[in-house]
Amino acid sequence: MNLDPKIPSGPLAEKWDNHRFEMKLVNPANKRKYSAIVVGTGLAGASAAATMAELGYQVTALCYNDSARRAHSIAAQGGINAAKNYPNDGDSVYRLFYDTVKGGDYRSREANVYRLAQVSNNIIDQCVAQGVPFAREYGGYLDNRSFGGAQVSRTFYARGQTGQQLLLGAYSALMRQVGLGTVDLHTRHEMMDIVLIDGHARGVVVRDMVTGEVQSFAADAVILATGGYSNVFFLSTNAIACNVTAAYRAYKKGAAFANPCYTQIHPTCIPVSGDHQSKLTLMSESLRNDGRIWVPKAKDEKRAPNDIPEDERDYYLERKYPSFGNLSPRDISSRSAKEACDDGRGVGPTGYGVYLDFKDAINRLGKSTIEARYGNLFQMYERITGEDPYQVPMRIYPAAHYTMGGLWVDYNLQSTIPGLHVLGEANFSDHGANRLGASALMQGLADGYFVIPYTIGNYFATAKTEKVTTEHPEFKRAEEEVRGRIDSLLALDGSRTVVSIHRELGKIMWDYCGMARNEQGLKKALELIPELRQEFWENAKVVGDGENLNSALERAGRVADFLEFAELMCHDALNRNESCGGHFREEYQTEDGEAKRNDEDYTYVAAWEYKGVGNEPVLHREPLEFENVQLQTRSYK
Amino acid sequence: MKLKLHIWRQKNARDKGKMVTYEVDGIISDMSFLEMLDVLNEKLILNSEEPVAFDHDCREGICGACSLTINGIPHGPEKETTICQLHMRHFKDGDEIYIEPFRARAFPVIRDLVTDRSAFDRIMQAGGFVSARTGGVPDANAIPISKKEADLAMDNAACIGCGACVASCKNASAMLFVAAKVSQYAHLPQGQPERKRRVLNMVAQMDKEGFGGCTNQYECEAVCPKGISVASIALMNRDFFKASVTE
Amino acid sequence: MAALVRFLQSTILSKVVVAVTGLFMVLFLLGHMTGNLQMYLGQETMNVYAETLQGLGGLLWVIRGALLLFLVLHVILTLRLKFLSMSARPEPYAVKNYVRATLTSRTMVWSGVMLSLFIVYHLLHFTVKATNPAYGGLFDAAGRHDVYSMVILGYSNVLISMVYIAAMILLGFHLFHAIESMFQTLGINHEKYNPIIHGLSVTLSTIIVVGFIMIPVGVLAGWIALPAGVIVL
Ligand SMILES: Cc1cc2nc3c(=O)[nH]c(=O)nc-3n(C[C@H](O)[C@H](O)[C@H](O)COP(=O)(O)OP(=O)(O)OC[C@H]3O[C@@H](n4cnc5c(N)ncnc54)[C@H](O)[C@@H]3O)c2cc1C
Ligand code: FES
Repeated sequence: MNLDPKIPSGPLAEKWDNHRFEMKLVNPANKRKYSAIVVGTGLAGASAAATMAELGYQVTALCYNDSARRAHSIAAQGGINAAKNYPNDGDSVYRLFYDTVKGGDYRSREANVYRLAQVSNNIIDQCVAQGVPFAREYGGYLDNRSFGGAQVSRTFYARGQTGQQLLLGAYSALMRQVGLGTVDLHTRHEMMDIVLIDGHARGVVVRDMVTGEVQSFAADAVILATGGYSNVFFLSTNAIACNVTAAYRAYKKGAAFANPCYTQIHPTCIPVSGDHQSKLTLMSESLRNDGRIWVPKAKDEKRAPNDIPEDERDYYLERKYPSFGNLSPRDISSRSAKEACDDGRGVGPTGYGVYLDFKDAINRLGKSTIEARYGNLFQMYERITGEDPYQVPMRIYPAAHYTMGGLWVDYNLQSTIPGLHVLGEANFSDHGANRLGASALMQGLADGYFVIPYTIGNYFATAKTEKVTTEHPEFKRAEEEVRGRIDSLLALDGSRTVVSIHRELGKIMWDYCGMARNEQGLKKALELIPELRQEFWENAKVVGDGENLNSALERAGRVADFLEFAELMCHDALNRNESCGGHFREEYQTEDGEAKRNDEDYTYVAAWEYKGVGNEPVLHREPLEFENVQLQTRSYK
Repeated sequence: MKLKLHIWRQKNARDKGKMVTYEVDGIISDMSFLEMLDVLNEKLILNSEEPVAFDHDCREGICGACSLTINGIPHGPEKETTICQLHMRHFKDGDEIYIEPFRARAFPVIRDLVTDRSAFDRIMQAGGFVSARTGGVPDANAIPISKKEADLAMDNAACIGCGACVASCKNASAMLFVAAKVSQYAHLPQGQPERKRRVLNMVAQMDKEGFGGCTNQYECEAVCPKGISVASIALMNRDFFKASVTE
Repeated sequence: MAALVRFLQSTILSKVVVAVTGLFMVLFLLGHMTGNLQMYLGQETMNVYAETLQGLGGLLWVIRGALLLFLVLHVILTLRLKFLSMSARPEPYAVKNYVRATLTSRTMVWSGVMLSLFIVYHLLHFTVKATNPAYGGLFDAAGRHDVYSMVILGYSNVLISMVYIAAMILLGFHLFHAIESMFQTLGINHEKYNPIIHGLSVTLSTIIVVGFIMIPVGVLAGWIALPAGVIVL
């Protein structure tokens, strides 16, 4: 497997410019002769499809949602980073780059991250030009807030709906192109497989979710922007339909999957309330700007939070990390909450919760200021829990949220399969072992607006593949395979629902491959998962037919893929004998419980090659070289 | 708690469809409405019956996928709350609940409670954008925008495109949806160059899709999960009139 | 012409026409009411006023024609909106509830249709005098057409008065939604002024209703009495 990252030569700051100059261009008149399929219309997919169509390429876009506007990016609340330095607080491209590499616990590729920081500023310009209503100050200029893991204010936001506004911006650009006839958009179409011809990605097989029809699309390149796989945990902050299918199918066809064990557990979510729970709701991290996190000092505390005096409270983040305090990075904050709860000091009915208290902020700034900043979040909290956070502290607990791992891509965002490009959360590229808040939106839009439109041209100009149609036997074969798979899912007539199996898988993953992992647990998971997979194929039940909208069938297909993918995650977690970022191995920690990296042996990207269901995948390593940043122990003390 | 549900069942767009009654038990007040339907669906599947299809995704009130009419009110009785955010603590044991799709000719039923709302996408294609090509735009702070105008733009941009406005309106009018987009851009300098064309094209498409006309019932505003104001409709009326007379 | 048709085809612009025609009709109603209230000033004043109106000649017909046109446009366009709205939701809800829309606002078409029927009756009654041809033969001492007595004779019939009063109450409900709605349709909606618009809407509709009703009520209560010498038919 070739893991050449294709990092351009030259000093860090000039790499992208040099590369853009060196890349081959497609003559404007020839652009319409090239076609690409973009799977996914989230921030990454919509921005890529719209921009490529603007350039003149023929674009087909697909998503499983009923409208491109409903991709999961819509749910991002907090904000998007950029190195604008508008507040004049010492930010710069280099600092954003540095913070991101450090935040990722030195497990990302320097060159990619630097480019991300460079184009971050263009993103904000672009979005403002599209009419994205970012928050502004009275003077009319853009407002910024600070976010976990940074000491500067570089986060742009639109109330608590930043993802929504950015996505609607990208969606509007996409709609414009659809209206102009340059993008052929198919909603409610789920990609079921990818088709390779002569080793190149040449198309996809999709299922029309309304009619059940299985059909193919052919093109000169395929772009996956299909989001993350947090739903392997069943309970996560992701939308219900988020899944790994597209990426996993590509993996099965030969694309390397990188760092699948790097998953981010978000510290501020509403705790689980019972077995009926279908998803977890995130409370934006921005709340940590003004809220203070604490648990009672005593175990098994029974008093109501407001009755517990100051000196009997443990503001554990402020205590352990005085310089970052409540704004410590996500992995650290999450793990600290888990520690407190494991120690018996958790709050709420299940004992898995910590307080996020706004009393001091309300006293200092007044209720109206807090309301202006977080009104909609407070409202959302009250709706879900029935408690008023202006009166009683919120209860929060970490939840699976984001997946740093993804399909391996080189500097051009191309996977190990030529012609298959991967953008956004679906790739692994920029966040290393941990993503900083407000950086996923930035990465998705960077990939879609400012990277792929250039690098795809280079691919078209150099690959020179021949035109194919969906009549090619490879397409027919892939379609048959997909139909066969759908039939075998429809034939499942056991005694368990697919959801109950998914829930069980989630529990296995949360217990053994969640916030903290160890060898024994991972090995246990590697025994349990194949058993559960067998249970699925023997005892699951899928009703209905394949000719109509069938949500049970859709779910079954996704869960079937999660059941294979989960094993890959555990293999990766087991292989990485160190703690870094979102991957915390209990065997590797310092005396005071901090993550212990092993730079000597693990400064590499783990890229896995598929070897058949149930067989151990093969590990390939892309060594990470740090020429500009010095590897240090991450400290937020 | 135990509930009696009357749910619209329809196999596909060609099927006639009818209300079917189900009973669910063991519902607890912390469940969301959709989790209550999950419970029903799990039960149906184990009985080898097809689950009730309904649109949903984020389950946190932002994607706009969920779209149920509960006892004749889109998204149910709570103010500014999508159905995925409505919790069962607002119901009591023994309640009878009528669950129907968002009804409008422009939103044909695909299955059960799932409708095709692509008419909204086509309205957006007609003009719901600022034609700003990627790259080649000025610095984000080049044009200051008063906080008040930016906030007004944001108020309107908050629309999640769920279609409750259409579903609630006795005329099945889409005015609030269209007006929200028109107003968002009307409040921003970036929206000015295309302001007239936008409103003309979007309204023309809206009329073409078969939505009814607005008769100022304001039911849309009352059920809008994002509380978008009908002031946007007044603005659009004004803009549309001006554009029609001058273009 | 094509432009006009396009204008009227658009739901928004046809609503603008409905609003503007409605506005003129409200102004007319205000004038009509003020004129009619002169019934309280006695036979002389009322009949002089009526004669002055008749004396307008051609202008009167222009006004009548315009009002008729407004009315027809108002009715046709709203009926068209009604048909559009019916076809916009072919499958009704099994259960429908409203949060904000009022009974009045939802039944504008029906109150409108009933008011149109009432207008026809009212014209036949007092203007064309088709229902009571004898009204044409009433003259006062100065030889003027005795409108004053005609009105009193008309309203002395309790049943007819009741019809008029009921119609005016219906008109009130219609206006209550209509006036406020007119501002919205014409694009006037501002947080700061909405309470004023609402107040205006309530006040105007109340004034118009009460003003008109005061006449049959006055007749029935005996506040406005028939002058001597007029024969009760
Ligand atoms: C609750 C929440 C809050 C967040 N807040 C922030 C924040 O404040 N700041 C920040 O930077 N990041 C935030 N994130 C992370 C960020 O939102 C996501 O990482 C990012 O939006 C992912 O964008 P994407 O385009 O890669 O994928 P998505 O938006 O997930 O889009 C995936 C697309 O792929 C399509 N798709 C997937 N599989 C298939 C298939 N098989 N066939 C067809 N189509 C398919 C889907 O239809 C969809 O259109 C948040 C995430 C969550 C869950
Ligand atoms: S499911 Fe997304 S808004 Fe309800």
